[in-house]
Amino acid sequence: MFKILEKTQYSENVYKFRVHAPQMAKHAHAGQFLMVRANETGERVPFTFADWNAEEGWIEFIFMVIGKTTTDLSQLNAGDEIADVVGPLGKPTEMDNGSWCVIGGGVGLAIAYPVARALCAQGAKVRVIMGARTKDLLLLEDQFRELPLENLYITTDDGSYGEKGVVTQPLERLCIDHEIEHVFAVGPVPMMKFSALTCAKYDMPIIASLNPIMVDGTGMCGCCRVEVDGKTKFACVDGPDFDATKVNWADLSARQASYRAEEATAMEHRRETCACQS
Amino acid sequence: MPVVNGKYVPNPKAPRVAANEEPAYERAKDFRPVDTGYTIENALEEANRCLDCKRPKCVEGCPVGINIPKFIEKIREEDFGGGLDVIRESNLLPSVCGRVCPQESQCEGQCVVGIKNDPIAIGQLERFLGDMAGEVGSTPKVKPKNGKKVAVVGSGPSGIACAAELAREGFEVTIFEAFFTGGGVLTYGIPEFRLPKAIVKREIEGLKDLGVEIVYDAVVGRWTDADELFNEKGYDAMYMAVGAGLPKFLNIPGENLPGVFCANEYLTRVNLMKANKFPEYDTPTKHGKHVLVFGGGNVAMDAARTALRLGADKVILAYRRTKAEMPARLAEVHHAEEEGVEIMELVNPLEFIADESGFVSKVRLQRMELGEPDDSGRRRPVPVEGSDFEIDCDLAVTAIGTNANPFAGMAGDVELNRWGYIETDADGRTSNPKIWAGGDIVTGAATVILAMGAGKQAAASIKQTLLGE
Repeated sequence: MFKILEKTQYSENVYKFRVHAPQMAKHAHAGQFLMVRANETGERVPFTFADWNAEEGWIEFIFMVIGKTTTDLSQLNAGDEIADVVGPLGKPTEMDNGSWCVIGGGVGLAIAYPVARALCAQGAKVRVIMGARTKDLLLLEDQFRELPLENLYITTDDGSYGEKGVVTQPLERLCIDHEIEHVFAVGPVPMMKFSALTCAKYDMPIIASLNPIMVDGTGMCGCCRVEVDGKTKFACVDGPDFDATKVNWADLSARQASYRAEEATAMEHRRETCACQS
Repeated sequence: MPVVNGKYVPNPKAPRVAANEEPAYERAKDFRPVDTGYTIENALEEANRCLDCKRPKCVEGCPVGINIPKFIEKIREEDFGGGLDVIRESNLLPSVCGRVCPQESQCEGQCVVGIKNDPIAIGQLERFLGDMAGEVGSTPKVKPKNGKKVAVVGSGPSGIACAAELAREGFEVTIFEAFFTGGGVLTYGIPEFRLPKAIVKREIEGLKDLGVEIVYDAVVGRWTDADELFNEKGYDAMYMAVGAGLPKFLNIPGENLPGVFCANEYLTRVNLMKANKFPEYDTPTKHGKHVLVFGGGNVAMDAARTALRLGADKVILAYRRTKAEMPARLAEVHHAEEEGVEIMELVNPLEFIADESGFVSKVRLQRMELGEPDDSGRRRPVPVEGSDFEIDCDLAVTAIGTNANPFAGMAGDVELNRWGYIETDADGRTSNPKIWAGGDIVTGAATVILAMGAGKQAAASIKQTLLGE
């Protein structure tokens, strides 16, 4: 069992847990993920590390309430325990020094943050593009602003904050101005896909951190397979980072969406059986 | 026991005592055990058929050399605890191996009675004794602690065997298991109807009784590694039994469509995550009506029979050779067919085709014929030109084997062969003097008994190295 030390609520349905996991904190690197099983009957769900502290022995992850597991998690509080937290898993993000643009969209901002922080720490020049549907869903702005960034760009789909539109707008300007050498993108599939298309136009290398459905997370089951450069890869052990210009995004979207009906059934069952009535 | 003038007289011509199997039609509706095992009467009757050969061929057929005539003699004497002790000298998992060993190509395949009659049901008798363990109570002897610490990576059959052997010899043993529960492939791979999880649980509990500590959710190679275990945590040796890894794929168009599974995922969702009990359990799976399974091994059989139990109307198991070349245990092929799995021989998939919803709806196949034998000695399947055809299917499962586990080289600095498996000598020693390895991560996907045997062998070598005995 893994004890929740702290719970932070960012918006109506976005939370951060700080969990006691000293061994994991000792070995975690930016870009890696963990798998959570909320309780004995729970599903195994991957989340990327938002932060960790080896000395204090904790790790953090941020989640948005979407389905049954994240609803269950959101009901837990500091002092409660999570049945299983496994990690760190996946390859750490490979970070050359140089000039980077880190793009985070939606909950992906939680993953972009430690990557940006690690890049800053090793002395890279970092620009960050934060994207969200609307102002309330923009995570970690204060934390990003504390980093020694070259620049920070914010876009919202509805124009409620920052530039109205999508992350590819500032990205394209940066590509044209030759201000960046590498791009790291994490967020919803359309965001990563269009960021990849933008970069491809300018021969700009771009890494995307993929988030397919996983079951075991250690290369045993093959559930998280994605086609990259025409070959089958496993996001859990070969990734989660891949050359975004070579990812088969249509395959990834279809596989991510393949359990929508079951997710609805699980939520329905939860409403019928859960005593908490939430 | 039939005795004449004080001497045992076997009755090999008596018919082999049939397995007590649930009716095929009924059992294929749920996950109950297919075979409920021998009763005491059954076991005694079958034991009386054994010739008690002076030079027993069955023992030669056993990968770990169990003294088979001896344990059968103990059954005849109704000394079940004694029989269990005989098996445990060589095999720590009789309840498991009795159920999942390919006896027809091992012990029973060599049985002298089998030349003219049906061979002795050695697997059934082994399982009978294993399952009696709870009742006959055999208290394992544990030597006093010798002060040495060993880390075992993985709690599958190989890890269990190595840990148990070492714990009995007085070593302080910790098993690091990546999942939230133990057993490895015995838990996530082999279905409940073939190997009840209560048995696996009993074996794991048995380890704890020996003083073995099990740390769950611990991925060695990421969460910790050999350096940390040796230099910071005080371990003196490590046994790597991480199992086979990455499933192989067919590399044909449409293989990543929703509704196309590899068997590891399909079976893990049900066996480990209990997707058959969704939504009581959170992990879902797909319930196909027309299911196609590709492969001819035990895993393919398990997937096909799981699909039936999840409510499929039709399950076709497509294999590129013929039934005669299938690597699956005979009993599994027999049980699958009995339950209604259709076996389609000499076909190979070319493409998975989606409907408008994006899910798989058809498979395009090609007929094959058998050509010259290949390296495995089996006749190589060769495509028949222009023989393509399509079959409807709303769920497809591929079970065509595995590649090396990527954690092989991450957990510790050991030499790998060109396919990514760990190089060892006969005792399981790797290129690293503190690390041993065994099971599927050394041999590639093989059997439970071989993995178990490798664990035992490595334990002996670790003992010899660390204690200088």
